[in-house]
Amino acid sequence: MATSKVEGSSSLRHAFGGVLSVFILLLIGVVAFSIRLFSVIKYESVIHEFDPYFNYRVTQFLSKNGIYDFWNWFDDRTWYPLGRVIGGTVYPGLTLTAGTMWKLANSLNIPLSVETVCVFTAPIFSAFAAWATYLLTKEVKGPGAGITAAAILAMVPSYISRSVAGSYDNEAVAIFALIFTFYLYIKTLNTGSLFYATLNSLAYFYMVCSWGGYTFIINLIPMHVLLCIVTGRYSSRLYIAYAPLVVLGTLLAALVPVVGFNAVMTSEHFGSFLVFIIIHVVALVYYIKGILTPRLFKVATTLVLTVGIAVCAVVVAILVALVASSPTKGWSGRSLSLLDPTYASKYIPIIASVSEHQPPTWPSYFMDINVLAFLVPAGIVACFLPLSDASSFAVLYLVTSVYFSGVMVRLMLVLAPAACIMSGIALSEAFGVLTRSMKFHITKYFECSHTEAPAKLGESTSTESSAPLENMTKSDTTEKPEVARKEKVARRKQKKEKELTENAHVKPVSAKKEKRPLVLPLEASIVSVFLLIVLGGLYVLHCVWAAAEAYSAPSIVLTSHSHDGLHVFDDFREAYAWLRHNTEVDDKVASWWDYGYQTTAMANRTVIVDNNTWNNTHIATVGTAMSSPEKAAWEIFNSLDVKYVLVVFGGLVGYPSDDINKFLWMVRIGGGVFPHIKEADYLKDGQYRVDAQATHTMLNCLMYKLSYYRFVETDGKGFDRVRRYEIGKKHFKLTHFEEVFTTHHWMVRIYKLKPQKNRIRGKSRKSKLGSKSTSSKSGGMTHKNPWN
Amino acid sequence: MECRLPFSLVVFCLVILSSTVRSELVISSVEKWVDLHSHIVRVVSFLKVENQGPYDVSEFVLAFPDAQAKNLATMLVIYLEEGKIIYSEFPINSTKPKSKQSNMTFYPVTLPKKLEKGKTAGLDVYVVLTNLLKPLPKEITQAESQLLVYTDNIYYTSPYHIRNQSIVFRLPGRIESYSEYSEMRLVESELRYGPFEEQPPFSYSPVVVHFENNNSFAVASNFVQEIEISHWGNVQVTEQYTIIHGGAHLKNGFSRIDYQANPSMSGASSFRTLVARLPPMSHSVYYRDEIGNISTSHLRGDSQGTQLEMELRFPMFGGWKISFSIGYSLPLHDFLFESDAGNNVLNITFGSSIEEIVVENQIVRVVLPQGSKDISVKSQFPTKKSQELKYSHLDIVGRPVVVLEKDNVVPEHKRYFQVYIYYKFNNIFLLGKAMMLILGIFLLFLMCILYMHADLALSKTSSWEEETEGRK
Repeated sequence: MATSKVEGSSSLRHAFGGVLSVFILLLIGVVAFSIRLFSVIKYESVIHEFDPYFNYRVTQFLSKNGIYDFWNWFDDRTWYPLGRVIGGTVYPGLTLTAGTMWKLANSLNIPLSVETVCVFTAPIFSAFAAWATYLLTKEVKGPGAGITAAAILAMVPSYISRSVAGSYDNEAVAIFALIFTFYLYIKTLNTGSLFYATLNSLAYFYMVCSWGGYTFIINLIPMHVLLCIVTGRYSSRLYIAYAPLVVLGTLLAALVPVVGFNAVMTSEHFGSFLVFIIIHVVALVYYIKGILTPRLFKVATTLVLTVGIAVCAVVVAILVALVASSPTKGWSGRSLSLLDPTYASKYIPIIASVSEHQPPTWPSYFMDINVLAFLVPAGIVACFLPLSDASSFAVLYLVTSVYFSGVMVRLMLVLAPAACIMSGIALSEAFGVLTRSMKFHITKYFECSHTEAPAKLGESTSTESSAPLENMTKSDTTEKPEVARKEKVARRKQKKEKELTENAHVKPVSAKKEKRPLVLPLEASIVSVFLLIVLGGLYVLHCVWAAAEAYSAPSIVLTSHSHDGLHVFDDFREAYAWLRHNTEVDDKVASWWDYGYQTTAMANRTVIVDNNTWNNTHIATVGTAMSSPEKAAWEIFNSLDVKYVLVVFGGLVGYPSDDINKFLWMVRIGGGVFPHIKEADYLKDGQYRVDAQATHTMLNCLMYKLSYYRFVETDGKGFDRVRRYEIGKKHFKLTHFEEVFTTHHWMVRIYKLKPQKNRIRGKSRKSKLGSKSTSSKSGGMTHKNPWN
Repeated sequence: MECRLPFSLVVFCLVILSSTVRSELVISSVEKWVDLHSHIVRVVSFLKVENQGPYDVSEFVLAFPDAQAKNLATMLVIYLEEGKIIYSEFPINSTKPKSKQSNMTFYPVTLPKKLEKGKTAGLDVYVVLTNLLKPLPKEITQAESQLLVYTDNIYYTSPYHIRNQSIVFRLPGRIESYSEYSEMRLVESELRYGPFEEQPPFSYSPVVVHFENNNSFAVASNFVQEIEISHWGNVQVTEQYTIIHGGAHLKNGFSRIDYQANPSMSGASSFRTLVARLPPMSHSVYYRDEIGNISTSHLRGDSQGTQLEMELRFPMFGGWKISFSIGYSLPLHDFLFESDAGNNVLNITFGSSIEEIVVENQIVRVVLPQGSKDISVKSQFPTKKSQELKYSHLDIVGRPVVVLEKDNVVPEHKRYFQVYIYYKFNNIFLLGKAMMLILGIFLLFLMCILYMHADLALSKTSSWEEETEGRK
């Protein structure tokens, strides 16, 4: 009777806990979603930045033309005259996800525009990512840690920076896919179930669809498998977790057009195949070990080792030779710059020129993960008490992602979930210890003070406190014969895996029981709990601040607070709207590649280069044109059929990321392909400047002229507010270009190439003579037009 | 002129009839005022008509050259007798031109009261014309003013004899050149020709006025208005515009520095703002285009109406184009009434909410609530009408949409005409969607409960084996 009562109350408690945790998770999802809405509330529901505009455009195409046309889409609006095969060069995961969501909503007659769906994809998937984190951490360290980690991840600034509403980029769904893949891997590892292994490969497939960062998974999981093998933790569960993932995952990955045969041919994937071979060898060894007697096994080992090492050496030699024969050693540029942080700046300026590929600074760590940086070490310690397969994976994930985040700012995003999981574990363990000791003290206090009146209160508390323990022992005792019987059955039926899982389940319980609860003094634990809550509160405050102030600006609309209120700079859209409505549909617009995606998406005009920097030569051509004198630039642009040239200029309002500040990269990239452009010509004593001391080449290049054309007339001096000095050459005329549009704050200036026929012969000769007499270097440039 | 049309006896008779009708009437005096202040030409003619024939006359014929008739947006005739307005609403636009004579189009006007013989009556004809002002030169630079040319007949075009007439052009500013006539006077911005005495029917002599007009030349080439009715008490209006500056095209590019720093070169003919007058009680107003919200706008509201001042993304110069959309919500009870037959009557205003704009093609889509029946439309001017279905917000059978289409819409349409839409709607349908959602969620929970209780395992081998094991 009594036992059934206790069982009943405990099951009720379980149900209550379950409902409570579901409710908490729901709230965490709501928090994850709503903290990312600052951008919509403070600005508007609009797509942000650069790459999201491309994804948005692709999604529009998908929703309009359907999936088959999407795969076959050859985009002639970009990389003119080359074009780009979008279907084969894009990671389709994000687009397909948003497209499916849009289609689903529309089939239910919920009128959502594609833009709305795209804007809110990232916040929705952040909620999913928080839930995936709960599942993963639950597998590693139990549901308490899971909920804490999910709550932390829901608002970690690093992740918010990439997933605010409107930030419609691959990372938005990829982080969810990453965490979920890891969860399924750990789940498979813990259960040894083929069902989860299959799901794991499917999740991996989704990750491959979504983001190039999938190589992180396909390298991290083999590393963990290797770690397990090396530390002697090989089990059939490990085999089931790994082998199907490699086989199925690679097959599925090869289905994604952008990956294709890269899934088996590039060096990023070799590690997984190597470990695949190793795990089979190990599995074979374990199998043989099971069959043979120890003595025979020893003989066999020596025999196999000598032959095996020889074979291995040959295979490795062939592989190394194959890989070494390719110039990049079979690695892509971005991956190489991960392994060797100095690689990009040495060889590929185009990768180095992107600010998010730079190494982060220390403050950015504090900005992006805040107090988690302090909690992570505690989490690592907690993971080692005791170390399981799952917790070792978490530690490995953390360590590798710390390294990668140190190489590229962008990969801070991969570190964030790891830091959240670790901090979640740390916090929940700390709370566990502290509350347990508080409870211990309180029950003791009640027992001592009310000795003469044990009454109902003490009784109830004591039963309450002892109930789980009792229950635990009860269930253990009831389980034990069952387990024993099952073991018998299992042994008879050779179901070794099942036994192992049972053991795995039983082990932590018994370990917990053996360990005497760590008891801290009451006062200390109360203070610590209080401090931890304060720490969490600080973290929440920081996250809300970061979400509201730092990371929600859409970057196409800029605002500034001045004494007379809020000032909005909407120049980019002004220029794009002008291009969209007042130029011919087939006109080509040349600009630096940063603005390519936005021009195609917002202005719907053909561009020469865009943010998908797949053709270095083409970008170098535009860079060369921008750094050439007017006539040479005109020739290059004219040969590319360009009608309009767009430059971004911040000198009037002090917008620092304008084309003049990016100009050195244009020179570098241009000079990398066309050697007549020399960086030294644009630098005065190694310094980049556009004031009176600037070099002649600098003051006569197209970028300078287009940026500062008639700029001096604004204030009479030509004071540049970004560079904070007066410009070098103030009064000049344009001979081959004419201004057709400049936005309200001068941030975007659009010029038209003057038609050839309008030039009078005498005049053109004069200008040619003039340019020859003024500079000996630029005279040669006209002949080196790369397109002639 | 009748000799041109002898191919049919019927036509011949008709022409004879009409000519006899005409000859009975004489226009004793006409004063025609042509307002050229904006790009919409508004002509008011004050006619005094005298019946000299032996019979009472019930019809009066207005004549316009084809070039004007083609661009005639709307016309209003006021009938006066002894200085009193007898009747002011003529359904003129609904009648088709009766016959064609050379390059003329006729609009017969049925008088509300027969004009007795020997009597005189007043007719005020108010005509709104579009597309008649042509820029000359066709291309101007940013610094130049826009010059327009207006061509008209110096005499009042009419099939009747006219005894005394004059024409007055009211101009917005400087006049560049004009046709020279002996009887003419230029006072400030008013150019007056006449009086001319005793002119036979269809007298013609061209008059050309070349003048400066820098008023905003906004033409909406396309305007789609969607009015969505919700019987929960809301009307959602969405208006999509494609606007062109219809004046002289800009040449030599646009220079921001001149526009900002130099007032004389700041593009006098360009316009930067458009003002929309929304109905009173408008709320939740938005103003955006396909690439996002346009942050430069002001909204002022009072009991008379709500004024939305929209600054466009860029200043509009000649030939430039832009598109945007605005939307707002209105309380339903101001627009929906119940007629005695149990019908709902929806009273909507046709036309654009933007001031002084010509709409080349307007489409109004009135989305009625799901389940509306017996829909009929009554408008006071001809429109192309059609019906379609729209699915939104969890619709199952779709909402009926009344589509009205009309070319050449001017602000006058908004002021004078209204469209009535009659339909039947049972308010019980309002609960339909709520019920549907409740049912859907209930089914979801039910399925969850069933799933939790059902055992979906395919094989029960292990338990069976254990049982057999136990029996052994």
